[in-house]
Amino acid sequence: MFDYFLQQLIFALAIGAIYGLIALGYTMVYGVMRLINFAHGEFFMLGPYVYTFIFSGLIGLGGLAPVLDSVIAIVASFVIVGLLGVAIERFAYRPLRAYGRLAPMLSALGMSIVLQSAVRVTVGPQPVHFPAIVPSAPIESLGGMVTTVQVGILAAAVLLMVGLTLFVNGTRLGIWIRAASESWTTSSLLGIRVNRAVSLVFFIGPGLGAMAGIMYASYYGIMQPTMGSVIGLKAFTAAILGGIGSIPGAMLGGFLLGAIEVFGTAFLPILSFGYIGTEYRDVFAFAVLILVLLFKPAGLLGETVSEETTVAKKDY
Amino acid sequence: MGNSVIVRRLGLLAVLALCVLLLSLVPFMPSYYVRVVDSILIYIILAVGLNLVVGYAGLLDLGFIAFYAVGAYAYALLASGQFDIHLPFIVVLFIGAAAGAIAGVLLGFPVLKLRGDYLAIVTLSFGEIIRIAINNADDITNGPQGIAGLDRANLFGLPLTSPVHFYWLLLVLTVLVCAGVYYMERSILGKAWRALREDQDVVRGLGINTTTLKLLAFALSAAIGGAGGVIFGSFQRFVSPESFTFQESLLVVLIIIIGGVGNIVGVIAGAVVLVVLPEVLHFAAQYRLLIYGVVLVTVIVLRPGGLVSPRFNLGFIIRKVRTLWLSPSKT
Repeated sequence: MFDYFLQQLIFALAIGAIYGLIALGYTMVYGVMRLINFAHGEFFMLGPYVYTFIFSGLIGLGGLAPVLDSVIAIVASFVIVGLLGVAIERFAYRPLRAYGRLAPMLSALGMSIVLQSAVRVTVGPQPVHFPAIVPSAPIESLGGMVTTVQVGILAAAVLLMVGLTLFVNGTRLGIWIRAASESWTTSSLLGIRVNRAVSLVFFIGPGLGAMAGIMYASYYGIMQPTMGSVIGLKAFTAAILGGIGSIPGAMLGGFLLGAIEVFGTAFLPILSFGYIGTEYRDVFAFAVLILVLLFKPAGLLGETVSEETTVAKKDY
Repeated sequence: MGNSVIVRRLGLLAVLALCVLLLSLVPFMPSYYVRVVDSILIYIILAVGLNLVVGYAGLLDLGFIAFYAVGAYAYALLASGQFDIHLPFIVVLFIGAAAGAIAGVLLGFPVLKLRGDYLAIVTLSFGEIIRIAINNADDITNGPQGIAGLDRANLFGLPLTSPVHFYWLLLVLTVLVCAGVYYMERSILGKAWRALREDQDVVRGLGINTTTLKLLAFALSAAIGGAGGVIFGSFQRFVSPESFTFQESLLVVLIIIIGGVGNIVGVIAGAVVLVVLPEVLHFAAQYRLLIYGVVLVTVIVLRPGGLVSPRFNLGFIIRKVRTLWLSPSKT
């Protein structure tokens, strides 16, 4: 029983870390632009595709050291997907700033269709095998049911999260981002170039999404053009759960959603005497979200201010 | 009365005649085109309904398709061999609308505290919950296989069998829904909604109950969605959870934004564009979605306020026609 629990726990942490990384992209973009970036799930999907492209390219050229190839491909996919994010913000969102909040949101939706169908047209709609980065082996000391891949994902995700926290809280660029999230007007009066902060956020967010995508693909050993839709939606709920706009909230929301899903799936049939099966997993996640929002309308770590100041008075 | 007035009156008559001619020519088109027009009309009804919440009251609802699903499944359960209940179409139409309204109030009640994006995500979750529940309640809804062999709709003894029959039904309903919503838009209720959209505090300060206002918007729009679902069910004579995905909710929102928020003329234009565009793009085979997405983003970036200007609305057209006819000197 304990082995089973440990296995479920590690699984929950690994999948939660992936949700958290994607949720970070949603929450940071929301923080500076008050925009639900519906295209974000597609950056998650692009990660493993770009990785495979670069990796096989390097191998095709003869390859460097075995580990180095993977590392270069990982870094390159962060940078490439990040730059794509910056370009999309520049051309599809920035012209719409003066037009309320619905127009950019719908533009993001259009970008999501464009990115997904572009990948489908180039590589075909079928799922493709994703080469393992870390060889999968059971770790005996943890009961033999936990694999190296799970631990690797968890370690990498936590590393990225710590790095991001240090970056946002401790560097000059991080101050830009935080200032722009507070108020555009004030920070531009204080000499911060808000547009650069926005570009920075649109580099980091999609980059982290791509990393999450690579982790997800190496966990399941498979990638496909539609993989970003459902996961993106779930990561967005994770961001809301934690309190959108809050960076620690996104991480917390991710881990929480992972735990809810995994333990809900594992114990729901037992608790309900088999009446409610695992197929209700997604209902469970959404129901928890609604419940949390009923009692904490700004999410778990969102600012607890009055209803009207939580978001701009004039919403849409 | 000068010459120019006569010319303008003739011009107006010509435009009206052209509209009537186009609408009455639809039944003579090949079945495929009639089907496309039918689906445009269904989406107009849905979008006009959702527009009550998004456009007038300023509450973003991303789970609208759930009410459509409620209506469609109401028809599927009450007029098919599933439970061997065979209620007449018109009865189910009202039941579907009522069921939609109840679902709207059920959703509206808990989420009234939320605003903006939190409301958006909760409505989205609600839509997904309804779809997943339908997908899994095998005993009632047959799960993913859906319910087939729904009754042929029958309106007071007139069987509705071909797309052309549905065309007339949908045309009448679209006009009714548009007229009803237009009437509401101009009533004190519509003004209160628009005030709610601009600033909640002020509305509350004026002594208006914002909770009732929001619930009313939710219920009315959900009722329209439910009625739309009943028609969809009777038209397809088959329902399955696949027709009610999150993407469908987004499509209805897109129609409103592309056309012009809070503007019935805009919504009609948006529905025509977004339903016809994928049909036109059939030639592009696998590039269809890619082109569709590119066109979408381009349109939004070039015309962020929607294709139809907010000034060009139903009220404007009616005013124009009336003044030109009754007191042309003022125009």
